[in-house]
Amino acid sequence: MVEQPSGVAAADERIQRQSALRRAFVRPELGAMTGTVLVFIYFAVVAGGTGMFAADGIMNWGVVSAQFVIIAVGACLLMIAGEFDLSVGSMIGFAGIVIALLSVHLGWPMWASIIAAFIVAMLIGMANGYLVIKTGLPSFIVTLASLYILRGLTIYFSIATTRQTIIGGVREAAEGDWLAPLFGGKILGFIFTWLADMGLIATFQAGNRAGQPVVDGIPMLMVWALALIVFGHILLTRTRFGNWIYAAGGDAKAARYVGVPVNRVKIAMFVFSAFCATVFATCQVMEFGSAAADRGLLKEFEAIIAVVIGGALLTGGYGSVIGAALGALIFGVVQQGLFFAGVESSLFRVFLGVILLFAVILNTYIRRLITGER
Amino acid sequence: MADTPLIELIDIKKQFGPVIALNGVSVSVMPGECHCLLGDNGAGKSTFIKTMAGVHKPTSGEIRMNGEKINFANPRDAMTAGVATVYQDLAMIPLMSVTRNFWMGREPRKGWGPFQFLDMEKANQVTLDEMRRMGINLREPDQAVGTLSGGERQTVAIARAVYFGAKVLILDEPTSALGVRQTANVLATIDRVRKTGVGIIFITHNVRHAMAVGDRFTVLNRGKTLGTARKGELKPEELQDMMAGGAELAELSSSLGGTI
Repeated sequence: MVEQPSGVAAADERIQRQSALRRAFVRPELGAMTGTVLVFIYFAVVAGGTGMFAADGIMNWGVVSAQFVIIAVGACLLMIAGEFDLSVGSMIGFAGIVIALLSVHLGWPMWASIIAAFIVAMLIGMANGYLVIKTGLPSFIVTLASLYILRGLTIYFSIATTRQTIIGGVREAAEGDWLAPLFGGKILGFIFTWLADMGLIATFQAGNRAGQPVVDGIPMLMVWALALIVFGHILLTRTRFGNWIYAAGGDAKAARYVGVPVNRVKIAMFVFSAFCATVFATCQVMEFGSAAADRGLLKEFEAIIAVVIGGALLTGGYGSVIGAALGALIFGVVQQGLFFAGVESSLFRVFLGVILLFAVILNTYIRRLITGER
Repeated sequence: MADTPLIELIDIKKQFGPVIALNGVSVSVMPGECHCLLGDNGAGKSTFIKTMAGVHKPTSGEIRMNGEKINFANPRDAMTAGVATVYQDLAMIPLMSVTRNFWMGREPRKGWGPFQFLDMEKANQVTLDEMRRMGINLREPDQAVGTLSGGERQTVAIARAVYFGAKVLILDEPTSALGVRQTANVLATIDRVRKTGVGIIFITHNVRHAMAVGDRFTVLNRGKTLGTARKGELKPEELQDMMAGGAELAELSSSLGGTI
């Protein structure tokens, strides 16, 4: 770099060097946006005629993507704050079993069971965060321990009380409950009825639902996903707390020094991650009408992969909720798209590994661009 | 120059178990003065500034601000009282924008109740203005601090401390990792800030940097003050000798042809 005679000239010189392309390049979402476009083009070509982009097809990959989004938003904010939560998957299984045990086995009202599951899960999230802060150990190790502890407890409680790992009867227990539809219900059904009447979307041709539209509403799962994206994005980019999340992950020491309550921020993000896992669990339990001790297996990694595809740095301090949501969308579209395209589904994992590697390499490169490291 | 020092530390002693880190250090700084604190590694500079910044509590001795005795329970206390410290490597977060760094921990907000959002317009404008006053023209306040040079980062940190009401500014070796041109820029910033009436404590082990902006010089050696001198009372060589403990360095220096 050439030394300039004054700070003013140096600043001008630096800005000239930074082209518009380069500036667009350092936006965290860019990789995920490009990826999303490519994925859609690919499947429009190979699976365009298979119904993947008809109403019920869209709903198929839309729901799967929304599931990924819910846990990805939690993982994203936590990763930007500089930590990981590997216990997300176990938390999903655990929260589901808590709901089923309390409502079906102990006969609690559904709303109380759901609220209890949220409280217990968020307390565990808080314990994760507290342990990470107090011990100074990497969150990777601490939450790896919770991954095993929670999964083990889930299976144990389930077997000790009902002698099986799947607890059914949740749908019946949720009948008439005021809180359950917030997770298991569907909204805007009338629009789809109208669309079907207009002949814009298909209707069932036979069976006891003949004449009804193939899609009868937006599941609450999707509404939650959208709400969490909006909440996470605004929190991160438009609030003081969001700035603290970036600061805590960027350099905790520097942040502490100017008075950012780093510990509180990190613990809050662990709690939020647990909250997202419980939303996922509750929606799933309501949809299936049962809870199973093995639910949520590997979800922690899928959440982290979605976040990394979305442009966040594994080291914290950089990333975006929109990016993570797009990462989750890529995930859902590819997983279901391969099915529509008739490709062997085991290749999905190959794809995941490859795209993860690409994303990490790209992110590291972008980080160098931003920080000026060479 | 006023008669009462902004901050005055009298006979500060600090012990960590059996280790005596500071053994009676006295330093004061007047408004608009730059007081250079010199000392070799291990002389107790870090312990001393951490005492001043409220990180450590002195084992004995007194701290006075504007003539009144004061105790700092923690760094926040010191900051509230107007003592700000700019640490060399802990000043900025490279991945965050200049604005976000500048306001970190004290972000301006607008709105009410739970709907208080960052006032980015104000934040950007103030950051641009303050940086311009320090001689750095940012075109985009949202550029990452990582794109700034080391000297510019120090300047952002100094501008931030001054904007948030620092009366006493402690600079911990702000020039030690910088190139020649960047050092000159930081020294110019120090001079600019001093003229606004802020008292500056400038820690360094580079005599030439100290000579360039210092009004008074205090040398620390082995936890003790070796004395305070005004500008013009001491030659650079004398300062250098005091800092390194005299005799041995003189020998070393002559063997190196008198270059250090």
